Amino acid sequence: MAITDIKAYAHLTAADIEEFGRELDAIRTDIEESRGERDARYVRRTIQLQRGFAVGGRIALMASRNQVAWVAGTAMLGIAKIIENLELGHNITHGQWDWMNDPEIHSTEWEWDTTSPSVQWKHSHNFVHHKYTNIVGMDDDVGYGLLRVTRDQRWKPEYLGNPVFNLLLGTLFEWGVALHGVELTKIRKGEKSMDEVRKDLRVIGKKVAKQVGKDYVIFPALSGPGWKHTLAANAIANLIRNYWAYLVIFCGHFPDGAEKFTREEYETESHPEWYLRQMLGSANFTAGPLMAFMSGNLCYQIEHHLFPDLPSNRYAEISERVTALCDKYDLPYTTGSLLHQYMQTFWTIVKLSVPNKFLEATCDDAPETNSELKFRIRSGIRESFGVDPNTGRRRGLRTALRELQTGDVATT
Amino acid sequence: MRNLRLWSAAPARNVETASTPTVNVLRGLVARATTPLLPDDYLKLLNPLWSARELRGLVVDVRRETEDSATVTIKPGWGFSGDYQPGQYLGIGLRVGGRWHWRSYSLTSIPRRDKKLISITVKATPEGFLSTHLVNGVEPGTVVRLAAPKGDFALPDPPPAKLLFVTAGSGITPVIAMLRSLQRRGESADIMHIHSAPAADAVIFHDELRALEHAQPDYRLHLQLTADMGKLDFAALDGLVPDWKDRSTWACGPPAMLDAVEKAWTQAGMRDSLHTERFTIARPHNGGEGGTVTFAISHKTIELDSATTIMEGGEKLGIQMPFGCRMGICQSCVLPLESGYVRDLRSGAEHREGDRIQTCISAASGDCIINI
Repeated sequence: MAITDIKAYAHLTAADIEEFGRELDAIRTDIEESRGERDARYVRRTIQLQRGFAVGGRIALMASRNQVAWVAGTAMLGIAKIIENLELGHNITHGQWDWMNDPEIHSTEWEWDTTSPSVQWKHSHNFVHHKYTNIVGMDDDVGYGLLRVTRDQRWKPEYLGNPVFNLLLGTLFEWGVALHGVELTKIRKGEKSMDEVRKDLRVIGKKVAKQVGKDYVIFPALSGPGWKHTLAANAIANLIRNYWAYLVIFCGHFPDGAEKFTREEYETESHPEWYLRQMLGSANFTAGPLMAFMSGNLCYQIEHHLFPDLPSNRYAEISERVTALCDKYDLPYTTGSLLHQYMQTFWTIVKLSVPNKFLEATCDDAPETNSELKFRIRSGIRESFGVDPNTGRRRGLRTALRELQTGDVATT
Repeated sequence: MRNLRLWSAAPARNVETASTPTVNVLRGLVARATTPLLPDDYLKLLNPLWSARELRGLVVDVRRETEDSATVTIKPGWGFSGDYQPGQYLGIGLRVGGRWHWRSYSLTSIPRRDKKLISITVKATPEGFLSTHLVNGVEPGTVVRLAAPKGDFALPDPPPAKLLFVTAGSGITPVIAMLRSLQRRGESADIMHIHSAPAADAVIFHDELRALEHAQPDYRLHLQLTADMGKLDFAALDGLVPDWKDRSTWACGPPAMLDAVEKAWTQAGMRDSLHTERFTIARPHNGGEGGTVTFAISHKTIELDSATTIMEGGEKLGIQMPFGCRMGICQSCVLPLESGYVRDLRSGAEHREGDRIQTCISAASGDCIINI
């Protein structure tokens, strides 16, 4: 049933949480006050590098019939797209560089190099996902209205396709992100009229036309007789970016230890508890400087979720302070190698294609989701009784007996 | 044919062009390959002036005028139109500590002349961090941002037959542009000029004004050197300029002088023939305890305290304020601050005109204008 009482789950008192929040506020203040020329130079150089790769890739692909040029061009273009989408587009639209007061590098002006229009992305990602992070039923990014990523989501037959949808989403990631803007879940719940959907689709359509025109019409046409090779190279560069962005994002949100929360938790949440939810709801992966850069510093997903609008080049330094805080308050800091994090994610997605009755763990004590009830032990038996805030149903003796019988609840 | 032109130029629709709009047809066509960027975004990496997305300029010369003032000569980049009027001001953005800071200064160059160079003359004021930087810290070769020249404080062409200029301190700057262009155009007018400064060596353009006085019989200059002579008494203006009521007047200087001028002209029933330019926005002395917030495009105004956000104020007035998280993390609500100051309720940091502000966490810090 996911976490409802975040204090109980975190084993912290109200005073602890207040203090914890103050310490995180202090990190924010320190970073804000020390932003300066060094940071500004970093983002300017990143832009120069990215544009260099883009130009280099496009020029090399003018000779796409030559194998070396094709490989070099495709790689450069793929790198350019990755840097643009992650380190630049994603982070700039978060307002990480708004402090520079530079209209060319600003959340209100930046349009990123992908089919998703920035304006919709800022709503579905910056607002919905970053505010309601991991609240089942409120954050659309819990499964994107397509996947079952926690057993808190009620099983439906469609979820049998979980592993296939996962593969498709990775492959067509750019298109998934674009469609994310129409808010599938809202449409299904009837919270969005077809008129609104049509309006959103028109905005997406315009952006798609520009992006597709560039990669699949203009540049192939410009490379003359080698047009087929250029077209293929552009498609593959887009694929490279799709898989990489998918990997970075999934490894930031779906490894074990990235907790889920209930609506009730949100409704009674204080600002320090918001921090705590961001921290417990996200996962990092270990990365050297190059991989950190290529992931848009989203290997520091925890830090990003705590401070979505602080400059990405400072996340590494923030992570040291956050790790120290986790030590101090004895809180988990979820991280692992990219492969490790992805294997956990992948296994969750595969496993959750079947209904809960085939699964061993309960919603209170599973790898991908937990609740404070996980820690209630009476007479050696873990107890998961009381009123389930998610369904409003009482979980009493009958449930307990059934759980014991089916082995749904782990005994210690 | 027209449709084809429009279609071609579409991606460059909002880009300013200096000379001919035709260049945007080319820009728009190339932008089909550079989307979502403009070709300018790549070209500016080769030469910072090769971009019209944002107007830029290169500082080519910084020349000291007096101890605390300097003329900064700038070579504008693509998209900057030399088509301004003498007396108008120029927005200039300078990067200090990674951050762009914007101020406006009067253009002292002459339109469509000066080898396409433009110049502003800046006086360093103790509280003016950017003006001090411009006077003392800017090296030739620095790239600055520009905003298109603006302002109603301009001389009509041809000028009125009888003129009175009342200036003080750096208030001379728009008027020197007027004097220079009159001289350059060979136009004559009966000009009386009263300029106040503490002492002769603090008069910006001192030698040029004196030279003009010698060369042009219809230009008369009265220097009010306030250290010795005290401040000008505008109630006794008749003694200095007996026919001041027959003249069209342009006045520019510190707020106290302009207040005195406005009072004198209003009392004489001459307010209509007076043109004034104020350089400084009145800064609240208490350092930000709310104020009157004007929503410029919606034509609505509200009185807000220091704890109420701009967003709440706008919504109270029924304005469709853009919003998202309402907690300062999503940037959906960012709007340009047209004038005045706001305070970030989280950090206490102050933002001033030219900044883009998150309305959900900003409160008025004195009177301000938001563009929505």
